[in-house]
Amino acid sequence: MKKIMYVMLIMVLVMGGLFAQGTKESGGMVSTDGSTSMEKVIGALGEQFMADNPGVTFTYNPTGSGSGITAVSEGRCDIGLSSRALKDAEKAQGLKETVLAYDGIAIIVNNDNPVSNLSLDQIAKMYTGQITNWKEVGGKDAPIVLIGREAGSGTRDGFESITNTKDKNKYRQELTSTGDVIATVGRNTDAIGYASLASVKATVKAVTVGGVVPSEKTVKDGSYVVQRPFMLVTKTGTPLSATAQKFFDYITSAKASSIISASGVVSAH
Amino acid sequence: MKQSKSLKRTVERVIQTIFLLLGLATVGSVLLITVYIIISGIPAIREIGLVDFLFGKKWASTATPPSYGILPFILTSVYGTGGAILLGVPVGFLTAVYLSKVAPKRVKEIVSEAVSLLAGIPSVVYGLVGMLVLVPAIRSVFGVPDGASLLAAIIVLSVMILPSIVKVSITALDAVPEEYEQASLALGATKTETWFRVSVPAAKSGIAAAIVLGVGRAIGEAMAVMMVSGNVPNMPELFQSVRFLTTAVASEMSYSSGLQRQALFSIALVLYLFILLINAVFNMLLKGGKKQ
Repeated sequence: MKKIMYVMLIMVLVMGGLFAQGTKESGGMVSTDGSTSMEKVIGALGEQFMADNPGVTFTYNPTGSGSGITAVSEGRCDIGLSSRALKDAEKAQGLKETVLAYDGIAIIVNNDNPVSNLSLDQIAKMYTGQITNWKEVGGKDAPIVLIGREAGSGTRDGFESITNTKDKNKYRQELTSTGDVIATVGRNTDAIGYASLASVKATVKAVTVGGVVPSEKTVKDGSYVVQRPFMLVTKTGTPLSATAQKFFDYITSAKASSIISASGVVSAH
Repeated sequence: MKQSKSLKRTVERVIQTIFLLLGLATVGSVLLITVYIIISGIPAIREIGLVDFLFGKKWASTATPPSYGILPFILTSVYGTGGAILLGVPVGFLTAVYLSKVAPKRVKEIVSEAVSLLAGIPSVVYGLVGMLVLVPAIRSVFGVPDGASLLAAIIVLSVMILPSIVKVSITALDAVPEEYEQASLALGATKTETWFRVSVPAAKSGIAAAIVLGVGRAIGEAMAVMMVSGNVPNMPELFQSVRFLTTAVASEMSYSSGLQRQALFSIALVLYLFILLINAVFNMLLKGGKKQ
């Protein structure tokens, strides 16, 4: 019996120790949550911010724009990240958006696909099922495999509003992150997908849209039309914590714009 | 002496109370989840209408106007589970017969170890292997435009349910009294005849329980099937991209709101009822086995 008592006493002590550890204050925290397209830019900004402010912890939870907006409105993170503008209903809930940057949405195909240019109209027709074979747009005789994102995605929202295909898309796959889309298109020679221009790698090919090469320059001057804003979402009523406010001020200042540009997107400030 | 006796009694009582509390925590969790799922699942069904919800063929939760029909999910879950059983049970069952009756002791030990390991592999790993190997393989073998399909999910699920089928079947087969088999052999039956005419019928309730357990695991799996099934709410077809009851909840929960979120809870409720039904069948089979 005595042994058991000792064991229990030790357990209580250990647990006490753990909880004490958990509440220990560090140098402040900034939590962000949302768009997987913004992974690269927010990651780079977070790292720089942590390097400039030792002791500060920065976290980013890649969940998708819709999830990030929900998270910030439920108070589960400091700053929500959205790659689409807020809807009126969301603004009515007391949320505020601040543009961080502009990003192109690259239309990506497999590297083995001979097609290298599509018009916006062709893309819309492909995604709505009016064009179903690559040969209709100058490619091989093969069915077109449409890869898209889940309904909460900011990239999907941006793509569908620009191509005017909302609720009409005939997706073959609905994937839940930018990386999944790129990986899937990279493995299927007949696939087409859309993903943040900043995240596109050599494993896939970004086609020109109406003859315009997607790049930072063409996004900035507006000639590449498939683009959308990267938004920081905050609550209007509740003020940010001191550290979060500092981070917010930093990333929306001119000082951060070189880091933002280095991530392949166009800084708004 | 007396004092130590009363101290002992107090200690006993304290420990019993602790055990009771721990037990209640388990029961409490089940009750809490059940009540929560029912309370949060019913409003959406009421608003959408039970028939429209269960038998509606179109799920477009973010469209305007939205439609909330979960028949595609129900059928996909049923077909997916059925397919996994069709593929997994013969393999698992015959493996169990081999391990229990034929295999030398050493082989049995090693293979059983491997089967346990299979059970311990996290479902995300199954999904990853499925996504990287199985999906491209289906695309090239069957010549379909894209490999992410119901078939890919069925194959992944059938491997995932193998361990439970093998393990429970072995236990049932091992429990068959040796005298039965010896009697059969003495009467001139061959070994194969003995296994399939005597051992297997004697263990049938245990084997049936193994199958039901496999069904339970298959229908509740979300992560692995989400990664290989394409995740589009189509009516199920073998080579079509599909969405299961589990993945319907998992893929939309994080960004859902309003009626959409309530509808997801209703899907969870439907799934929960399925699982309850399967558990009831499982318990019935186990009890039936004991009576024999």
